[in-house]
Amino acid sequence: MNTSNRFQPLQLDVLQEIGNIGSGNATTALSNLINKTVDMKVPRVNFGPFSNITESLGDAEKVVIAVYLRVIGETPGNMYFILSQKSANQLLSNVLKIEMNKDKEYSDFEISTLTEIGNILTSSYLSSLANLTHLKIYPSVPSLTMDMLGAVLSSGMMQCGQYDDYALLIETNFLEDNEKVEGHFIFIPDPESLDKIFHALGVPNQ
Amino acid sequence: MIESTVLRVGIAEFNVLKGEGKIKTTGLGSCIGLTMFDPINQVGGLAHIMLPTSEIARDQNFNVAKYADTAIPALLKKMYQFGASKENIHSKMAGGSQMFQIELDSMKIGYKNIVKCKEILQQLNIPIQAEDTGGSFGRTIELDVLNGRLSIRSIKFGIKEI
Repeated sequence: MNTSNRFQPLQLDVLQEIGNIGSGNATTALSNLINKTVDMKVPRVNFGPFSNITESLGDAEKVVIAVYLRVIGETPGNMYFILSQKSANQLLSNVLKIEMNKDKEYSDFEISTLTEIGNILTSSYLSSLANLTHLKIYPSVPSLTMDMLGAVLSSGMMQCGQYDDYALLIETNFLEDNEKVEGHFIFIPDPESLDKIFHALGVPNQ
Repeated sequence: MIESTVLRVGIAEFNVLKGEGKIKTTGLGSCIGLTMFDPINQVGGLAHIMLPTSEIARDQNFNVAKYADTAIPALLKKMYQFGASKENIHSKMAGGSQMFQIELDSMKIGYKNIVKCKEILQQLNIPIQAEDTGGSFGRTIELDVLNGRLSIRSIKFGIKEI
């Protein structure tokens, strides 16, 4: 049934709550890391055709810094930590006090710092999901790229695309207290993972 | 002056334009932007192909524009409807990147997409006039239906034309 009515309201609530708990943990980790308050918005659950999913996050050509990892284990999927270029620069220079060479590409050190931040945050997102569901969930080694939003996100929709014309995306925005750093956590579970998550949480399937 | 049309093609979609105007698709990663052009009848088509083969589709009513093996013949058919003829048509393609350096088999879709598109074009006897494929970066492409030029924009390399 390839319709956007595939999910019951209760299931959508559960998916949103997964975003809430996962991102909650990740923003706490970020807050500890940079020693500043980090606010989180209410997560959005978006289910729809691929092009709509990308559009819901902004212009497909927008340049973003994306840390991606493949979620492995009992609920495979794709996880992203996405920052605008401006926010990534703010995080590096103002927050972590790394002196940046403005006009140049990121140095290896800057790339590995951003990757490690992405790693810590996405891992805390996933470990809260694992605790909640009692399922075995592991992150792959993370990988960072700076490129167009559309190109970055479509890679994570390939697994859904193999079986389906739709993808489910759980997205949370966060803001550092003075709004200089803004970012997104995005979780795109593979279609078969959802049944397992619902089952683990005792949510009726239909 | 008539303002020229820019027809946008989303992920897993295709479209055809006749006469003046441009067809564009944005943010190609491992997907392929496959264009076909008939310069005589001035018909251009563009498909934003996501995956190599429809054999994996579960549903019989799948979206043909998503897979190389079904999108290319469907695009060709639509070009005929717009007045294109087979003997004039050539193809240009871009995309098929590997966006992240994680070596999982499922992540090598870009490469598989390139190979499959070429195979299908060869089966259909459509020459590939130019390509800008592979690498590890995103592309936005625009086909000019006036002259068949394909402009490719990327963050790394700016704008180039093939």
